[in-house]
Amino acid sequence: MELQSKIPAGKLADKWTDYKAHIKLINPANRRKYEVIVVGTGLAGGSAAASLAEMGYKVKAFCFQDSPRRAHSIAAQGGINAAKNYQNDGDSIYRLFYDTIKGGDYRAREGNVYRLAELSVNIIDQCVAQGVPFAREYSGYLDNRSFGGAQVSRTFYSRGQTGQQLLLGAYSSMAKQMGLGNIQMYSRYEMLDLVIINGKARGIIARNMVTGTIERFLADAVLLSTGGYGNVYYLSTNAKGSNVTAAWRAHKRGALFGNPCYVQIHPTCIPVSGDHQSKLTLMSESLRNDGRVWVPKNPGDTRAPQSIPEDERDYFLERKYPSFGNLVPRDVASRNAKAVCDEGKGVGSSKLAVYLDFADSIKRLGKDKIAEKYGNLFDMYKQITAENPYEMPMRIYPAVHYTMGGLWVDYNLMSNINGLFVLGEANFSDHGANRLGASALMQGLADGYFVIPYTLGAYLAEGGFDKVTIDHDEFKRVESEVRGRVDKLLSIKGEHSVDHYHKKLGKVMWDYVGMSRNADGLKFAIEEIKKIRDQFWQDVRVSGDPAGLNQSLEKAGRVADFLELGELMAEDALHRNESCGGHFREEYQTEEGEALRDDDNYAYVGAWEYKGENNGYQMHKEPLVFEEVSPSKRSYK
Amino acid sequence: MKITLKVWRQKNAQSEGKFETYPAHDISPDMSFLEMLDVVNERLIEKNEEPFAFDHDCREGICGSCSLYINGRAHGPKKGVTACQLHMRSFDDGETIHVEPWRAKPFPVIKDLIVDRTAFDRIMESGGFVSVKTGSAPDGNAILIPHDDAEMAIDAASCIGCGAWVAACKNASAMLFVSAKVSQFTLLPQGHPERETRVLDMVAQMDKEGFGSCTNTGACEAECPKEISISNIARLNREFIRANVR
Ligand SMILES: Cc1cc2nc3c(=O)[nH]c(=O)nc-3n(C[C@H](O)[C@H](O)[C@H](O)COP(=O)(O)OP(=O)(O)OC[C@H]3O[C@@H](n4cnc5c(N)ncnc54)[C@H](O)[C@@H]3O)c2cc1C
Ligand code: FES
Repeated sequence: MELQSKIPAGKLADKWTDYKAHIKLINPANRRKYEVIVVGTGLAGGSAAASLAEMGYKVKAFCFQDSPRRAHSIAAQGGINAAKNYQNDGDSIYRLFYDTIKGGDYRAREGNVYRLAELSVNIIDQCVAQGVPFAREYSGYLDNRSFGGAQVSRTFYSRGQTGQQLLLGAYSSMAKQMGLGNIQMYSRYEMLDLVIINGKARGIIARNMVTGTIERFLADAVLLSTGGYGNVYYLSTNAKGSNVTAAWRAHKRGALFGNPCYVQIHPTCIPVSGDHQSKLTLMSESLRNDGRVWVPKNPGDTRAPQSIPEDERDYFLERKYPSFGNLVPRDVASRNAKAVCDEGKGVGSSKLAVYLDFADSIKRLGKDKIAEKYGNLFDMYKQITAENPYEMPMRIYPAVHYTMGGLWVDYNLMSNINGLFVLGEANFSDHGANRLGASALMQGLADGYFVIPYTLGAYLAEGGFDKVTIDHDEFKRVESEVRGRVDKLLSIKGEHSVDHYHKKLGKVMWDYVGMSRNADGLKFAIEEIKKIRDQFWQDVRVSGDPAGLNQSLEKAGRVADFLELGELMAEDALHRNESCGGHFREEYQTEEGEALRDDDNYAYVGAWEYKGENNGYQMHKEPLVFEEVSPSKRSYK
Repeated sequence: MKITLKVWRQKNAQSEGKFETYPAHDISPDMSFLEMLDVVNERLIEKNEEPFAFDHDCREGICGSCSLYINGRAHGPKKGVTACQLHMRSFDDGETIHVEPWRAKPFPVIKDLIVDRTAFDRIMESGGFVSVKTGSAPDGNAILIPHDDAEMAIDAASCIGCGAWVAACKNASAMLFVSAKVSQFTLLPQGHPERETRVLDMVAQMDKEGFGSCTNTGACEAECPKEISISNIARLNREFIRANVR
């Protein structure tokens, strides 16, 4: 299979403009004849559903929460990037493009990333017009803050709740279209499979999570905007319900999975406190604007942080990376935190934490200013740890946060299956091997508001759609497979709960496919995961029955998919004999412990094809061609 | 810690519900309330009993999914936090804790502790938006918004739509929710062109959904995990009167 990225020809800066000028369009009166399924209504799906419905398409949208307003995007804290250059500090579309390519350790496509940087400016305009209350300066102009991996201030924010405000904006635009009947909203529905007819994605099978009925839905195209798969680690900063099922089911129907091993471990999260822990809480990267990261110079120093004098503290990021300091990219910050903890300098009872200290900033700016910027994060920290960050430095440690990998898509955001588009965190496209802070919200909204309205139209305009109904044999076949799986899960009636297996998987993933990896560990993980998966299918206990609401059953289906994905992630990590971005292979590092890329052999996207039960996976390579920037050693010194 | 849990069990909307008692030992004060429920549920599974269902997702107090009435209070005893942010250290060793779903006519129980809150979506559909099509927006800095107005708008927009106020209010009023949305758009110039229709349509839909009217008892503000102020309700009332006289 040859992977066609379909990046338009021409100069980088002109590609998107030229593309838009030359695609086929569908006239407004004809759009209502097309039906589009949008699975997932976070930032990516919500913005897509609203925009497509405004244009006149008939949209059916699905989410597993009780309302689109509760998607995981709601939890994003710090902000959204845009190359507005309102600060006059040298920002430009080119610079945002360059920072993103470099931040991703030269493992993303130039064409996609340039388009993303171009569209970033329109997103802010759109959101302001919707009434999203971004932070303002006293003059009334939009305010900015800085995020990691950039030397300009280009992040727009709404306190520590930017995702909430952006999602409520997209949701309000959706709500208008729902009221008009242009979006048919299916909340508390879970997509369990994809239906492909004559080579085109034509529908989905979804379970009504309230009644338990399994239903068929037909459309002319299917958009997956179902988020990332960080919960394969059990503990992550993702919402509890975030899962890979929709993407994985599509993968098993033929969609390629790109770079599954690229996972972002975020440096500033509240450390694990005990076995009961059900999820991890992020403390936004924006805190690194004003917080300083340090550990005691002496291993095993147990004094309270305030009683450790300045000259006995190691501000290790400022020391090692003087030009970016505390604002180095996430992968670099996380690895360094792990390294100092491995040297025995970690703090707190577990010794798996470093300090994030605001004392200097509070002295400089005053407590009120700090409260205005980060108030809700400080409150959240205090609530969880019972410590007051205005008085004590925060204790933080890296945690799984975001997945750069995802379903492979071309420039049009279409997977290798015709009519199956993938948006937002669910696709693999724009962040390479490491995502910069405040760029996920940007990507999700760029995909939904500004890319898909064009690329979907171009696809539909090609025509060639057979007249089919939900009584087509393929719908029947896929539905019966879904039923079979549900029945199987309920019939095992084993000894151990779904969470038991999820935690087991998570531990293997964190220990061997986590922040640092090596060949032996990865081989071990692959064998372990297979064992856990076999045990799961023989021994899992799923309570309740198929009819009605059944949370055990929902979880079981998701964990079953994670048990397959985990193995592929380890395979991908094992095959990639280099370190890049979030993928750190211990065998491949510089003397100073920095990631060592191998551009001669690994400058490609690894896109995996599912070959059927017991036949494993086959990898296809999409070479990455750099015309504009030349990959260099990533340095933040 | 050792506690006794009394949990509302109800098979579905049609059936009757009742409290079941579950003693829970070895509970760590550092557990969140939901983690304690997870532990109890895991033990139920071990005993081959069906775990109880409850809504949750972010577990960070921002998605508005969790919706538990704990010891007679929406989101439990602590002010300004959601149930998912509540920790067991807020309870006494040996305490008996009652856990119920939101109780209000517009929120029918789906199962156990889960209720149907889609009425909020319908209120939003009736007018909770600024009508701006994708692509038609002017430059973000073309619309100036004074710092303090923006801050007040964020205060109002911080509502997580959980429904605690409805559950806490003896009239099952949804005024706090509607007023927060109306306030956000009244405080911002972008909301002005649709100012009148928005407030009239949202209030009409709220009445149609069967939410009661507000008699200013203030229970909503006291129970709101985001401490959304009832001054928003005063603003809603002003906006409503203003729209009606126009
Ligand atoms: C704590 C936290 C803070 C963050 N802060 C920032 C930040 O400051 N800036 C930034 O840029 N990024 C941030 N991120 C990352 C960013 O929030 C996410 O990458 C982004 O919101 C993902 O959006 P999405 O639309 O792709 O998916 P999501 O918001 O995850 O939405 C997924 C949707 O898919 C639905 N869904 C999933 N599976 C199914 C199924 N099988 N059937 C039906 N529906 C399904 C869900 O119901 C949901 O509607 C943060 C992430 C976390 C965890
Ligand atoms: S689970 Fe999201 S607010 Fe409680």
